Amino acid sequence: MAARTPLHARHLAAHAVMVEFAGYEMPLRYSSMRDEHVAVRTRAGLFDLSHMGEVRLTGSSAEATVQRLVANDVSTLTPGRALYSVVCNDQAGIVDDVLVYRVEDGFLIVVNASRRQVDLEWMAAHLLPGTELRDESDETALLAVQGPEAVAIVQTLTDQDVSGLRSFSSVTGEVAGVPCRISRTGYTGEDGLELYCAPAPAPALWDALLAAGAGRGLIPAGLGARDTLRLEAGLRLYGQDMDETVDPYSCGLAWTVKLGKGDFIGASRLHELDPDNPPRRFVGLALGPRQIPRHGMAVLAGDTPAGEVTSGGFSFTLGHGIATAYVAPALAGAGLSVDIRGEAVPARRVPLPFHGGHHHRQ
Amino acid sequence: MPDLSGYRFTPTHEWVRRDGDTATVGISDHAQAQLGDVIFLDLPSVGAKLTAGARFGAIESVKAASDLYAPVTGTVTEVNESLAETPERVNTSPYEDGWLVRLGDVVDGELDLLDEAAYLAQAGE
Repeated sequence: MAARTPLHARHLAAHAVMVEFAGYEMPLRYSSMRDEHVAVRTRAGLFDLSHMGEVRLTGSSAEATVQRLVANDVSTLTPGRALYSVVCNDQAGIVDDVLVYRVEDGFLIVVNASRRQVDLEWMAAHLLPGTELRDESDETALLAVQGPEAVAIVQTLTDQDVSGLRSFSSVTGEVAGVPCRISRTGYTGEDGLELYCAPAPAPALWDALLAAGAGRGLIPAGLGARDTLRLEAGLRLYGQDMDETVDPYSCGLAWTVKLGKGDFIGASRLHELDPDNPPRRFVGLALGPRQIPRHGMAVLAGDTPAGEVTSGGFSFTLGHGIATAYVAPALAGAGLSVDIRGEAVPARRVPLPFHGGHHHRQ
Repeated sequence: MPDLSGYRFTPTHEWVRRDGDTATVGISDHAQAQLGDVIFLDLPSVGAKLTAGARFGAIESVKAASDLYAPVTGTVTEVNESLAETPERVNTSPYEDGWLVRLGDVVDGELDLLDEAAYLAQAGE
């Protein structure tokens, strides 16, 4: 049976369409995905992300362990600051993509729910002596308030200066009386905050946020809108856009790889690869208003198979079909099309993100 | 929810409302809920001949592209042009404003159509 988040009863009360995702019963949508998507782009949306995993690494060697586990450089993080990184295996395949916070007693790594067990085993197998690992996933709820009004809404519920909080920074403090880690991060391409708290007060925090945000157009938003938002923002989804067979260069994540920081798992393989000429190219494709590419569809260069759509859908913001795809480097400059149910539909190569994207990088 | 006593359903989630030898065709509330937001529809033109059980168009939603199958045989006399601008009517009003096509010269096809209760039972609701 699928696990439930602390907000399960809230989702049912709001008549959410529930789906199983990564072993959790999660809200797909509460009303219309389009309405929820538009709310986040223009006002604000409230997401339950309590399925995400949180792993804390502490001890005298915690930093050295994290440096070994992730490809990005956490040495420059000051307490409360966060960065995005991939975790690689020895062959530079991506084990997971994570958010790493430096916290008072070490590091907090936020992992994909679908990869939690794999990550825990991987991390446990690569701990340096003097590092303790603790899986805090089941004792952590995560609520995200995203959209142009998000910060102003949360600001009404806290004494912390969240308006002055920099992107990829966090502080601890109370929101609506609930102790939280308040983080200026997200996965939507909009400004916003993510709030980590204990499970028990999470429903009260959910209610307080909705009440505080009602006048500014805040509505609950489900995983469906989260997916269309993150696709527009050019943000990768683990398991679809990347997996253990893909290196970070092929995935367009060379900016997260810091070979100069010293050795880490996967570094030797990454040294052999050319960041500017990886085995595959991760590209953005734009199609027409009545052409919707989907995960798994073939990408063609003329009649030649050139690759595959990893994520695709209709962009509510742009009003046409968009996709990310892997294509063979030799064919990436060719005229591309997507095989939509037997028809080769021309696709224009466009830079990522498709829309916005001021808030997804440090 | 409108009175659906005059509606008959296909196992593929279309509905038909007969009025003599004319009929109106749409998709069920259950179907629109499963599909999620409708993005656009491919519908036939006026004059097209539909055959009961045969594909007559497609509906593209946030979730997937789905074929549409004719509940009865007939000739298209009117297409719901408003859906080009506001396809979400299929979601918000599947039995009224979100109708798809109107047919003339309707004859019964080979299909066994279901009443609402039988349809919902079959759809698992």
